[in-house]
Amino acid sequence: MKPIIPATLTLLAGTALLSATVGGPVAGPSPATAPKAAPSAGKTVQVAIDNFRFTPAVLTVPAGTQVTWRNNDDVPHTVVSTRLLFKSRALDTGDTFSYTFRAKGTYAYFCSVHPMMTAKVIVR
Amino acid sequence: MTDHTDPKDLIVHDHGDDGIDRRGFLKCMAWAGTGLLCTVGGGILTSKSLGASLGTAAGSAPGAGSGELSFVQISDSHIGFSKAANQDVTATLQEAVAKINALPKPPAFILHTGDLTQLSKPDQFDIVEQVLKGARTTTGRVFYVPGEHDVLNDNGQQFRERYGKGTLGDGWHSFDHGGVHFIGLVNVLNLKAGGLGDLGRAQLEWLAQDVRGLAASTPIVVFAHIPLWTVYPPWGWGTDDGAQALSYLKRFGSVTVLNGHIHQTLQKVEGNVHFHTAMSTAFPQPAPGTAPAPGPMTVPPGQLRHVLGITQVTNVPGRHALALVDSPLQAAEAAAFSSAPKEQP
Repeated sequence: MKPIIPATLTLLAGTALLSATVGGPVAGPSPATAPKAAPSAGKTVQVAIDNFRFTPAVLTVPAGTQVTWRNNDDVPHTVVSTRLLFKSRALDTGDTFSYTFRAKGTYAYFCSVHPMMTAKVIVR
Repeated sequence: MTDHTDPKDLIVHDHGDDGIDRRGFLKCMAWAGTGLLCTVGGGILTSKSLGASLGTAAGSAPGAGSGELSFVQISDSHIGFSKAANQDVTATLQEAVAKINALPKPPAFILHTGDLTQLSKPDQFDIVEQVLKGARTTTGRVFYVPGEHDVLNDNGQQFRERYGKGTLGDGWHSFDHGGVHFIGLVNVLNLKAGGLGDLGRAQLEWLAQDVRGLAASTPIVVFAHIPLWTVYPPWGWGTDDGAQALSYLKRFGSVTVLNGHIHQTLQKVEGNVHFHTAMSTAFPQPAPGTAPAPGPMTVPPGQLRHVLGITQVTNVPGRHALALVDSPLQAAEAAAFSSAPKEQP
């Protein structure tokens, strides 16, 4: 797993930058002061749902990070932990769902409407 | 041959002794969605144009009018959807009802194979019911199985409150009509991460029990939302335990499996089992693997009603298979398929 981590962190930095640029209904302090660093605890990171995919499919964040999913598809999706730790309602186009990851671990999740859509959040 | 049957229409290799060969099957597939009837009788595959045959072709044998059962399948009405692919899905559902009401003989009933609504909202279900009340059938009945859009947020509780009378478990049920045994299955609940459609053990056990006492000559019609056969797993177009369900039906001489979900007609024949998926009444979806994702597909203006439609199913006692006719809401102009020779400069 180790060789994957640097790439994941790079992707993560890009995601944080994107959420700062795009704006929208994102709570929490602006990451604009340190756009190239991985978000620290208490920040918000976005996961997009596009074309029946969670992007990024693997997201690595520090404990305490709030993750916000936004559905950009024309069909409803859900965000459901495979261990049922969190479960969104059906998200219509433009709807969001947020969950704050407090404990370290790997959190696999999927869309219960389209179960081939799987992804995970790694909390370090 | 003394008539003018095209030699290409004759079955050359009938290995399965079921009146159909591979070449004939491929011809069937090519016809699907083009408004032509495909039926098998007496070892010869025959076809007739929709306009000339609707309501009578399957019953062309002498005396076939008596005992004949005809019903209509509609699917994926997605009431509440209002995006670019179709901004008025209520209007196209109404057109589907008009299409049913224009049939020469009213069908016995309607099967709706799921995704009645876009978001499982009560007012969306209400609209479906109101529109379908306008459909002319001999029994006045509509039989529903849920799609994944009909069970959002409540595991199908509202769906069962509305349509679950007399059903078991998640809403599965069976009934008999006109000598045919109908089985409605639910494969859109309790889906597992990374999986496809799912029937579950309880429903499979019920199915095995349900068909146990039936004579092998009883025609079977199975209807469910997600295809019970594997169409395209990367898009979730299949049912994990569908093969097990079908194994209980192997001994029957005529099994017709009617599904929706993929918003396009596809057909497959395996032994005595005929698989068929219906058009949506709301919007089309791309052919398997031809787009980044299986979502609503926006077609050029004027094309939408060529890719939405209904399916009429007819059973004639004594025939091998039920006859299926897919009719678009609006027939495509024949001219659209002809290409004028290019003029050389």
